Amino acid sequence: MPRTKTLTEKIFSKKVGREVQAGEVVLAEVDWIMSHDTTTPLAIESFHQMQGARLHRDKVIIVFDHVVPAPNPNAALLHRKIFEFIEEQKIDHVHYAQGICHQILPELGYITPGSLVIGADSHTCTYGAFACFGTGMGATDIAVAWATGTNWFRVPGSVLVEISGSLPKFVYAKDLVLEVVSRIGTAGAIYQALEFTGETIPKLSISERMTIANLAIEMGGKAGLVPADQKTLDYLQPRAQKPMERLQADPKANYENYISVDANKMEPKVAVPHGLEQIRNVSEVAGIKLDQVFIGTCTNGRLEDLQVVHEVLRQRQVSKNVRVIITPASNEVYLEAIKQGYIETFIKSGCVVTNPGCGPCIGRHQGVLADGERCLSTMNRNFKGRMGSPNSEIYVASPAVAAASALTGKITSPQEVA
Amino acid sequence: MGRVWKFGDNVNTDLITPGRYNLTTNPTELAKYCFCEVRPEFPKEVHLGDFVVGGVHFGSGSSRETAPLAIKASGIKAIIASSFARIFYRNAVNIGLPILIADTSVINDGDQLDVDLRSGVISIPESGIKIDAQGLPEFLLAIMDEGGIVAYLNKYKKFPNP
Repeated sequence: MPRTKTLTEKIFSKKVGREVQAGEVVLAEVDWIMSHDTTTPLAIESFHQMQGARLHRDKVIIVFDHVVPAPNPNAALLHRKIFEFIEEQKIDHVHYAQGICHQILPELGYITPGSLVIGADSHTCTYGAFACFGTGMGATDIAVAWATGTNWFRVPGSVLVEISGSLPKFVYAKDLVLEVVSRIGTAGAIYQALEFTGETIPKLSISERMTIANLAIEMGGKAGLVPADQKTLDYLQPRAQKPMERLQADPKANYENYISVDANKMEPKVAVPHGLEQIRNVSEVAGIKLDQVFIGTCTNGRLEDLQVVHEVLRQRQVSKNVRVIITPASNEVYLEAIKQGYIETFIKSGCVVTNPGCGPCIGRHQGVLADGERCLSTMNRNFKGRMGSPNSEIYVASPAVAAASALTGKITSPQEVA
Repeated sequence: MGRVWKFGDNVNTDLITPGRYNLTTNPTELAKYCFCEVRPEFPKEVHLGDFVVGGVHFGSGSSRETAPLAIKASGIKAIIASSFARIFYRNAVNIGLPILIADTSVINDGDQLDVDLRSGVISIPESGIKIDAQGLPEFLLAIMDEGGIVAYLNKYKKFPNP
């Protein structure tokens, strides 16, 4: 009888064409190789150093999302290098300013359950929401994959995260995954894959699953996998137009660690500076004054997130003491948010709406923080200096907490403004 | 012998090459801002052959390869930490920057170290302390020996045997 396998082992076994288990190092063909405007330039340099290398162009996706349109001559020059490479190599899968890579790859049908996708971005783990083994790599690894169509992988052991219960009112997937981070720690799953399971997971929407998978890397995880069920197929099938199957771990597979989280008992969470493991209930940090609120990113810039914000801000004004910046995760999200009237709400309530992309998350444009400033953001990282000055502070929370805080100019529970 | 630059746990890539300076691929330019958030004196005072020593989860955060590249261009001989973030770990091997996993609790900032990259023996001659580092697996050692994955593939035209 074949050994029972984790979802990770199942995906790698299929990719490699034999039974593999955690700990093995394997060479595997990848389905897609993604890189973006910040990481592609170095990959191009590595690629050019490879003698006689031919690009596997049918696997290459290049997304311009991090700093678009270019805010300064340095960024413009890096973009120029990428444009020239795209032309020279005749790369077809290019997406300029259409949205964040991790949002548009699923939207545009690139992602399927059981596939293996590498990306020159740490949040490539987001594709795990679709039982796709997505993992981040650096520029040279990307160049190697461009040239060979493959790369090496150590099949990671898995941590089983079992979630039970239903999310209480005002509590969202973001709060749930922050709770998981606080339990596992930011270094708690290094070299491992997180596999999410339990009665709560099938009830979560695609958007919520993406929020959860997105934070796997914040625990050191190599991937964050959610089983592919009918909901997954209903979302992906019309986009990918490819045959695909449900996919989940075998019962009683071998896990290296196990944690369980009861969603019923949760409160909205806030991660305080300067690390995501420093998690408080919103009630413990309520009242802290803010200079900026940022809503968006690959963690929380989707339509459902914007809907939550719209419901809080509708027919109200944001505080005059804060700048509120909203960045839809993609054009698809943006257009639908326009149709639904969310964007009108945001503009009328005093928010700045930017073009889809990473927005101010990486501190290069569209809302850089000054010395001493404090921002509450829906992103996934509150590293010191990430959004600008090293003497600024980032608090991380759900879109609901962000919207409530936008109204008052200080950290506020969504319950307070309901 | 080289001087130790000691850092704590969870030194993330934003602390190594902050996003706002991360708009170049030139290693010398990147080295000018290396660790500028946590050790502003680092770019000026670092010497060829020095060591960077960290705690757990060194290099966490983004996939930016500019982080190990900036450290390498600063003249650092090796990074020693009790654990590494996996993307950073791969990136360092790929560009031929030696990394060692070891208990770093007894290594202090400013110590002079002797490190044998082959055997993984770290010694602090002043105190006589010796630490055995966990060496790289054969597979990665083969890549490191050629100075990185690009050089390896150029020479052998295939990956080392896993």
